[in-house]
Amino acid sequence: MQLNLSPNIADPDGFYEYLVDSQREMGDEAANRMNARLILILANHVGDARVLREAIRLAATSGGRPD
Amino acid sequence: MFQTYSYPEYAYVPSAEQVEGRTMRHPVVIIGAGPVGLTAALDLAARGVPCVVIDDNNTVSVGSRAVCYAKRPLEIWDRLGLADRFIDKGISWKVGKVFFGDRQVYQFDLLPEGGHKCPAFINLQQYYLEEWMVEAIAAHPRIDLRWKHKLISLRQEGDHAILTVETPDGIFAMEADWVIACDGANSDTRRMVGAEFTGQFFQDRFLIADIVMKADFPTERWFWFDPPFHRNQSALLHKQADDVWRLDFQLGWDTDPTEEKRPEKVIPRVKAMLGDDVEFELEWASVYQFACRRIGQFRHGRVLFAGDSAHQVSPFGARGANTGVQDIDNLAWKLALVLKGQAPESLIDSYHDERAFAADDNLLNSTRSTDFITPKSAASRRFRDAVLDLAGVADFAKPLVNSGRLSAPTPYANSALNTADAGEWAGRMSPGTVCADAPVTVRGKPDWLIRHLGQGFTLLSFGDAETVTANGVTALPLMVGRDLDDAEGLVAARYDGKPGTCYLIRPDQHVAARWRSFDPAAIAGALARACGAEGAL
Repeated sequence: MQLNLSPNIADPDGFYEYLVDSQREMGDEAANRMNARLILILANHVGDARVLREAIRLAATSGGRPD
Repeated sequence: MFQTYSYPEYAYVPSAEQVEGRTMRHPVVIIGAGPVGLTAALDLAARGVPCVVIDDNNTVSVGSRAVCYAKRPLEIWDRLGLADRFIDKGISWKVGKVFFGDRQVYQFDLLPEGGHKCPAFINLQQYYLEEWMVEAIAAHPRIDLRWKHKLISLRQEGDHAILTVETPDGIFAMEADWVIACDGANSDTRRMVGAEFTGQFFQDRFLIADIVMKADFPTERWFWFDPPFHRNQSALLHKQADDVWRLDFQLGWDTDPTEEKRPEKVIPRVKAMLGDDVEFELEWASVYQFACRRIGQFRHGRVLFAGDSAHQVSPFGARGANTGVQDIDNLAWKLALVLKGQAPESLIDSYHDERAFAADDNLLNSTRSTDFITPKSAASRRFRDAVLDLAGVADFAKPLVNSGRLSAPTPYANSALNTADAGEWAGRMSPGTVCADAPVTVRGKPDWLIRHLGQGFTLLSFGDAETVTANGVTALPLMVGRDLDDAEGLVAARYDGKPGTCYLIRPDQHVAARWRSFDPAAIAGALARACGAEGAL
């Protein structure tokens, strides 16, 4: 399996709204904790170690440059 | 201050009814001579309804204001004979670029499908649009446009409204079977009927400036998130006619609007954006804040709300004037049928149903764009920046970038005026959808399909068809292969036009119903339903 970076979310604006709304009532720390939990939940869903490592490497950069 | 445009000043003319002191009953009085009110007058007049337009001012829009006009309103104005002039003068554009910090992260092409008369978008200063509509109205015997007429109160009897109007000659009363309130987001008329206007108010301010600049920037929409020249805020650059450019700067909430529009404050911001060596003149600047809200009911008895008086959106996506003009497209033919006694008064209720549905769609899109452009919390800002960050390196993030979803018509998918499809259909032209244009030839000359729709009800047919009448309303056949030729095959392609196919098209160029063969009884039923007949088959 390869990391899929092509658009794969059916309703991007609806998804984004749902995501941001889910933290609307949270303080910043609570939102950060939620993000960490969300990453772990989604990582478990993906499962594949190679894909996860590739995703982690991409996320560690900013627009492809070191953050 | 303006070097590219001089404002016309229209004469106040005392009306005979005020001078002679006799109260007259008008079929329609329109409040407000902005783009929406002027379009209303022209559309009603084109459908045979005389109307009076009153406006408390005596000139056109000060500043470029609405600027972006989308394909659908251009098609509506084309039906009214105005679009060619707008398109010729306006700047057509289709490429948009999005920058985050100092780098471009996303580029979109509106990629207008070929084979449509009108472009995807034009940029044109609102004052040109209004001035040319006023000219068209002056040539129209059915429209009485009255400047320096201010509505000061309104009350309703069962079948009409009584308007108290103030002019330089004092106060007088007018009566109207119907009133269309096109008096903007701060509508006095809305206050007079006590209508609710609720939604979300955004705590942010934006500076808009028109500058004159002979620069060779490309004709594209450039949007910056957090640019080096304007940290932590957004900015927008757009070209208009006459080398006028529209600049938009997000300012934040804690800024003084009076202070921010002073040239001493504006000019350094423009220089920071364009560079010190670019020569420009500042023409106009304004600071605004915005809300996303809508009126509860578009109809209050005999008073109908259209445009910003009925719905206010954020500017991202160009959904204000564009949707207001579509309100009129929806309303004018219905009002004309009701005034002629060819449809029940209840047809007017479908105006609320269809346009409130469209307004909600616009508000949803506009609110989402606003939330992306101006995040309300650190958590939301983090996601926004992450999307922009990733958009430069991963395709999946591009559809999440939201610098405004540009105005497109909302299909009236669930309208009670539609007749549901039977059978299988390919393509997009389902009932409630606005008709797609296509190139055609008429007697050997190149022409456009949409120009042949919209005078009344039309039966667009790919086989034999005849005039159908229901309750005194007729639908006239427009036969492909007889009345026009589908030279490039795009009419058949866009309408899934297998031989025999027949579409019933409303006067606002929306599909009401369609069949695989010409069936006069079914068409009469659908025609009656589209005219609001109760219990129509």
